[in-house]
Amino acid sequence: MLTDIAIIITKIMIVIGGTFTAVAYLILAERKVAGFVQERYGPNRVGIWGLLQPIADGVKTMLKEDITPAKANRIIYHLAPAMVLAPALVTFAVVPFGSGIDAFGRHIAFQIADINIGILFIFAITSIGVYGVVLGGWSSNNKYSLLGGVRSSAQMISYELALGLSVVGILLLTGSLRLNDIVEAQIGMWNVFRQPVAFMIFLVAVFAETNRLPFDLAESEQELIAGYHIEYSGFKYSMFMLGEYSNIITASALIVTLFFGGWTVPFIDVTKLGHLGAFLSVVSFAVKTGFFLFLYLWVRWTLPRFRYDQLMHLGWKILLPLALLNLLFTAAWITYV
Amino acid sequence: MESFVFYIFAFMVVAGGWVVIYSNNLIYSAFSLLFTFVGLAGLYGLLMADFIAATQILIYAGGVLILLLFGIMLTARKTSIEITQSNLPRLPGAIISSLIFLLLMVVIFSEPNWNSATNPGVKETVPVIGKLLMTKYLIPFELASILLLAALIGSVFIARREDS
Repeated sequence: MLTDIAIIITKIMIVIGGTFTAVAYLILAERKVAGFVQERYGPNRVGIWGLLQPIADGVKTMLKEDITPAKANRIIYHLAPAMVLAPALVTFAVVPFGSGIDAFGRHIAFQIADINIGILFIFAITSIGVYGVVLGGWSSNNKYSLLGGVRSSAQMISYELALGLSVVGILLLTGSLRLNDIVEAQIGMWNVFRQPVAFMIFLVAVFAETNRLPFDLAESEQELIAGYHIEYSGFKYSMFMLGEYSNIITASALIVTLFFGGWTVPFIDVTKLGHLGAFLSVVSFAVKTGFFLFLYLWVRWTLPRFRYDQLMHLGWKILLPLALLNLLFTAAWITYV
Repeated sequence: MESFVFYIFAFMVVAGGWVVIYSNNLIYSAFSLLFTFVGLAGLYGLLMADFIAATQILIYAGGVLILLLFGIMLTARKTSIEITQSNLPRLPGAIISSLIFLLLMVVIFSEPNWNSATNPGVKETVPVIGKLLMTKYLIPFELASILLLAALIGSVFIARREDS
């Protein structure tokens, strides 16, 4: 009993610590990539190659003054950053990040909670993530932040449909909502080859869900200055940033889990290799996730922003019907072929 | 352990419901409804109804309530009147809720086959629910979808009317 609790707590600490470290270096990577794309150096003063920049940034945001606008709704204004960060971290609880090892006389899965309805749980928690954005935008009592919050929530609600429907095809193929079943069903053949249309829809929708370029209309600095977090400063602002980047990491991990075989390694059966296999599976998962993180940065500094009507048009009139057609086709394929 | 978790969720549900009813600020009412929904989802989870728990959050917290908040936020600031709610008809409310409570009690105690520690029910709920929806409960299921479709078309029609 005590060992079980210790194992769970260790896993939670590893996941949260890993996510936060990854967020810190993702932000640095973003600035570095931006620098390279724009033929600059990017941050290079703190530590070798700017590697200590995240620590400097963290200290800076903690020491900054924490401003509350005079006419803000105080309770909700203070709650909103937590409402963004908490769902972003909880989502990772069901993502399997490795094959698992046998130790202390039991099998330890590299996943905090292996629940039957894994994928549904993720969608449920992501849908709660909208609250922080909406309430943060509303409670700061600023027209720009209100507009940003409203835009962002409308966008997230619209793309949730395409996101959910694109995954149903995979669920039909796998016959299970458990993420580990989905990963194991991909040994030998990744879902991206079985469901290429679903992958494209999922990729676009997930960019919209995380409010990233080309769909970052919630922030669009030229018109809304910064959007929903414009009045936030100090560590509350960093909490919004932490939440946003954690979402990006979870989204990348999800893409890998659903479409790119999760922790499986191509041509090698890691489950038979013991501890080395477990290590390889984690490395495989990290490398694949890292690639999609880089894709996020790459896209951000390459593509211009969509207009709001274009965004809605794409979501409702292209992605949603496409996802439905894909679902219909997959169902017909399974039934008749 | 389990009863401790139960009391946390139960407290969330009851306290959330209390604020929904007794707060004068509509935003607080709507926001605390979120805690009620999440607490309810937790209770469903404790009852091994994991699918219901997730859909509860997905549909009520992630869909319905967000739209409610949306409506309040966009109208409250525009008219610069603080929207307040009052709870004047208390007696009818008390009668209706006690009738519903009675009905629920009758249903709960007339059904002997509840899941318990000795009777843990099905392990994976999703396949069972899916099969039942497509066989035994097909007609209610389709009726509900037609109702939802009608509501959808109706709302689009009402929203569009002023344009033309």
